[in-house]
Amino acid sequence: MDLVTLLQILDSSVRLATPLLFACLAGLFSERAGIFDIGLEGKMLAAAFFSAAVAALTANVWIGALAGIGASLVLSAIHGLASITFRGNQLISGVAINFLAAGLTVLIAQDWFSQGGRTPSLSEFGPNARFTEITLPFADAARDSGPVGLIYSELISGHSILVYVGLLTVPLTWFILFRTRFGLRLRAVGENPAAVDTAGVSVVGLRYAAVAICGILCGLAGAYLATGLQAGFVKDMSSGRGYIALAALIFAKWRPWYALYACLLFGFLQALSLRQDAVERLTQIDVPGQLLDALPYILTVVILAGFVGKAIPPRAGGEPYVKER
Amino acid sequence: MSDTPAIELKGISKAFGPVQANKDISIRVMPGTIHGIIGENGAGKSTLMSILYGFYKADSGTIHINGKETAIPDSQAAIDAGIGMVFQHFKLVQNFTVLENVVLGAEDGPRLRPSLAKARKLLSELAEEYELAVDPDATIENLSVGYQQRVEILKALYRKADILILDEPTGVLTPAEADHLFRILKGLKDEGKTIILITHKLREIMDVTDTVSVMRRGEMTATVKTRDTSPEQLAELMVGRKVLLRVQKTPATPYAKVLEVENLRVKDDKGVERLKGISLEVRGGEILGIAGVAGNGQSELLEVLGGYRRAKGVVRINGDQIDLTGRRSDAQSRRARGIAHVPEDRQREGLIMDFHAWENVAFGYHNAPEYQKSKWLMDNRAIKEDTKGKMERFDVRPPIPSLAAKNFSGGNQQKIVLAREIERNPELLLVGQPTRGVDIGAIEFIHQQIVALRDQGKAILLVSVELDEIMSLSDRIAVMFDGKIMGERMPNQTDEKELGMLMAGIDPAAGPVSAKKIAENLNAAAGGH
Repeated sequence: MDLVTLLQILDSSVRLATPLLFACLAGLFSERAGIFDIGLEGKMLAAAFFSAAVAALTANVWIGALAGIGASLVLSAIHGLASITFRGNQLISGVAINFLAAGLTVLIAQDWFSQGGRTPSLSEFGPNARFTEITLPFADAARDSGPVGLIYSELISGHSILVYVGLLTVPLTWFILFRTRFGLRLRAVGENPAAVDTAGVSVVGLRYAAVAICGILCGLAGAYLATGLQAGFVKDMSSGRGYIALAALIFAKWRPWYALYACLLFGFLQALSLRQDAVERLTQIDVPGQLLDALPYILTVVILAGFVGKAIPPRAGGEPYVKER
Repeated sequence: MSDTPAIELKGISKAFGPVQANKDISIRVMPGTIHGIIGENGAGKSTLMSILYGFYKADSGTIHINGKETAIPDSQAAIDAGIGMVFQHFKLVQNFTVLENVVLGAEDGPRLRPSLAKARKLLSELAEEYELAVDPDATIENLSVGYQQRVEILKALYRKADILILDEPTGVLTPAEADHLFRILKGLKDEGKTIILITHKLREIMDVTDTVSVMRRGEMTATVKTRDTSPEQLAELMVGRKVLLRVQKTPATPYAKVLEVENLRVKDDKGVERLKGISLEVRGGEILGIAGVAGNGQSELLEVLGGYRRAKGVVRINGDQIDLTGRRSDAQSRRARGIAHVPEDRQREGLIMDFHAWENVAFGYHNAPEYQKSKWLMDNRAIKEDTKGKMERFDVRPPIPSLAAKNFSGGNQQKIVLAREIERNPELLLVGQPTRGVDIGAIEFIHQQIVALRDQGKAILLVSVELDEIMSLSDRIAVMFDGKIMGERMPNQTDEKELGMLMAGIDPAAGPVSAKKIAENLNAAAGGH
């Protein structure tokens, strides 16, 4: 395989990893605070629809992204209300959110646009209706100046702003989690909320904060999906990415840097399935396309079944906090 | 010393649904004293202290700190008022370091590093001052419970607490660790701190407190100067009637060997060896007490003998070797051999809390012929009647078979388990922590039942972390440490000090040792798990 093909695959790995990364970090904040969230999928989907729809209506992708984040936050608030305030079952709440998002997005899309449950393509609404690719300085000039330049122009340059935001969120998450007061308390509340409560800190407040951060990041994941990666919303376009992100989170043992690596791995597998030709040329085997398509999902199942080492989730995860009697 | 109480509670009441946990309680705690609060389980001690610490809200009544009425709506308010609390179940984050736990909630600013640096400095000062040395970078889960408790005390001191509340602090400690704790408390008292010690152990009250308040059924029944009272008087105030503090029993008359254990080895689920070659025997008509700090292999020993953990080694019952590894090595096969088991944790292993008493009584014996109506149907009426009889004979209150297990008090739950196991007339009774969380009145009854079974010539293997219980109930004592038997003693030829040393893995016959060595040993044992 030549360098250009490899770089193209890696380049699309990064693109495809970005929504996973946002969702994975979203889950990381929530689960580190002790709130399991299998509603990542639904939040992403809702955000994808509202960002595409509002971007189409306003012809401004930034307003669209904000709308997506808003929609995701609303679902986060529902999850928070159910699992923190009313101490309900977090899995059931998450499943409910997924169903709600899957149904509502299509319903509203049909009502607003009458195009069979999708939004119009954003390319019809001018250059500002989508997140476009940013060409970093000197990228074009660097292309012809050897492999380093090629990597710079092919792989590092030429992504939309959200890809860079996503990559920067990783060190930011690490810093918040391990170097700030908020992070210490957040990790503590996921391990032993009673310790936080008796230390005079509000368990409920911390958990809502975590769920809100989760909502914002899921919103970005959805917005990127519909306005960066694709040009518009189609039914069920998150296609299991929320679950893949959960698998990546477990694979990453709830750590930000590992989350990046896990998401890049999944992104890479997804990118491979787009380049069946390159895989076949490399392996000299007639690889069925369906197998390539299924790879990320197979890996998800393998990880969720616990075949990849033992990951210890936050100890208070999934348990509503009730002061003991 | 001033006359203003450090803490004064006036007319505190608190109900949980229909249960009145605290009824119009008033108490004055003078500054610079150690004030004991004693009472049975469920007397309302912990509830009262949780109110003082802002963990629960009182329905009525006022709290006065240093003479000033103070509202304590949450724990932060209590901390601000200078109150620190060491809960019975530690409130520590297991995978955080000591430093992180101490700093949590009391950070100086949004960035963590400066807070941690400051805490590190302060901890070393506190360690010097009060014998509270702990490695600040150790992870909590690798520390022994004694050290974890120190971290809790350090947390309170770091928050500048002047009033320290300790809820049943010695339940998890060895005698040596408990002595160390009391030295620390006396040091704190000399510094002018006020200490409230909640316990159900009369000896501790007599040893360390200046004043003692007694609670019974949510009410404060008396407050007396410790030097003016006696354990007998306190016990009577707690229970409301005279109680026997010592077990009444005659010397044992051991018969033939019932249980023989040779070189028993067990690995836990993580592959760590928890029993490292245990050998012991129990004869009919005697009680062998296994002493030791929790987590030194006693639980695994009971699990192997009870049939729900696989092991290597030899176990014989009445001379017949029993299968420890096969597919049919289970609790059912043990029962068929005449082994009855009262497990250590009755709420997890002894009972199903949501099930009725009669269903619980049938467990494990549901194949008994008298419980069968036909080949396929159980005779529920027969079980209920049988349960009713058992409940009456074992003084379970209330004796209602259709009540769910969770609706009985701890003592009555334990009596249900005991009745189920003892009335099957076993050859060998395994009994773990028979009186954990049980009232003094019920303790007396449970001990009598165990001794009565012994007097019928049955063998009894008793595991308890309560040294008092081991000493008064056993005919022979074996001490376990780190999966091994450290030694055997006769109860009338040993004392708590010697047993305490053995429990810390030190043979006192080998010469004098330092407290530091004991602490190191215990920590090493805790770290191994």
